[in-house]
Amino acid sequence: MSAPELAPIPIPPAPPPPGAARISLHTAVTLLAFTLAFTALMAGVYQLTKPVLDATALDAQRRMIAEVLPPDLYDNELLEDAIQLPATPALGLAAPTTLYRARLGDQPAALVFETAAPDGYSGEIRLILAVRADGRLAAVRVTQHKETPGLGDYIDAKKDKNKQHPWITQFSGRHFGDPPREKWRVKKDGGVFEQRAGATISARAVTNATTRALGWALERADALYALPAGSQWKEPAR
Amino acid sequence: MSQLRAITHNGLWNQNPVLGQMLGLCSLLAISTSAVNAVSLGLATILVMAMANLIVSLLRGFIPHEIRIPIFILIIASLVTVVDMAMNAWLHDLYLVLGIFIPLIVVNCIVLARVEAFAAKNSAGLAAFDGVMMGIGFVWVIGLLGAIREFIGQGTLLAGIDMIVPGMQAIQVLPEDYPGFLVAILPPGAFFVLGLLIAGRNWLDHRANERAKARLLAAQQSIPAGA
Repeated sequence: MSAPELAPIPIPPAPPPPGAARISLHTAVTLLAFTLAFTALMAGVYQLTKPVLDATALDAQRRMIAEVLPPDLYDNELLEDAIQLPATPALGLAAPTTLYRARLGDQPAALVFETAAPDGYSGEIRLILAVRADGRLAAVRVTQHKETPGLGDYIDAKKDKNKQHPWITQFSGRHFGDPPREKWRVKKDGGVFEQRAGATISARAVTNATTRALGWALERADALYALPAGSQWKEPAR
Repeated sequence: MSQLRAITHNGLWNQNPVLGQMLGLCSLLAISTSAVNAVSLGLATILVMAMANLIVSLLRGFIPHEIRIPIFILIIASLVTVVDMAMNAWLHDLYLVLGIFIPLIVVNCIVLARVEAFAAKNSAGLAAFDGVMMGIGFVWVIGLLGAIREFIGQGTLLAGIDMIVPGMQAIQVLPEDYPGFLVAILPPGAFFVLGLLIAGRNWLDHRANERAKARLLAAQQSIPAGA
């Protein structure tokens, strides 16, 4: 086996060391290339998952509403009959939310809306509740919270160990009168609602927020039902 | 083959992410309040680690050494985002439980550590295998930690399993009226239990060493003098 004759390879003169500007430009371009490639990957997955996510979000909303308002209490298209609430400090809401109006044969049936308790043990507790046109609270549920697992999280019906009568269901069907408004507190504060030992703060936060929200809705019920769908709620000047 | 065995042994025991390298404690402490939470996040971590190791290993020829850290972080963060979106879309119930913890995987330093220490220097297959094994090493420890904390803190095991396997029930190990032991659920409890686990591992290692030494000594003594 004979190797072909090779001309001696001339050694090129060493290039001058690149300047700082060149290095940073080159590095930046490399980084940019990687950024572009991986942003494209994320964008692709986003496109792929978006329809599924939208569908599940809508579905979750329907399910959440069904938790607080039985479907046989209304016959309108609830998600269409909505008005926008601006940030409402009275409800503990720092961002706009949506309020849904349930009607049965054109008669007001219930208001479904969100509220938030700012004073949970570990921050905000978000609630959804339905207030029936006769002033009764249909039900209230916790939608988001960061209460201590195994201790304060019984306010969430899904986490409550008592599956027959979760703590949060004691509000269902109650109104200002049963008990009277000044008794809408946890027992420890002189009210009628149970709290669980060791986690009163969570129960108190939910109870007080529910009471506030119920009062808020009752005071404005007529105006809230009267507003055309899709419009923005404005607190009337007093 | 022996290489695969070494990777497995490193991941599961020797350089176990938690017990050996003590990395990724941030997410470990945050979510090991129950066995189901812990194992579920661990599974997502396995997925991210395997993918990150695989991709970094495949691209290692293109990544300039000087800027490898930002690129590794970029890759890991993108993968976590992808896993986050995919889980939200296709494993929604699990996502509802784990959603807030998934972003924690980005800052789980065990992922970056394996990418830097292993994937950047090894072939794609080995790198992916290392990711899986390190991930399993993470899962078994975090799962055990979660189970112990849940058992002491709440008296149950596998609470919340119905969110992953519908119809399955949590096991009430201690009597219904067990008052719970809050410290186990709170972050200090995680440190206590983790400390005990590490002590246990060190004890097992120490015992194995002593036995090996004793065997060696016995073997030496049984050799006749002058042989």
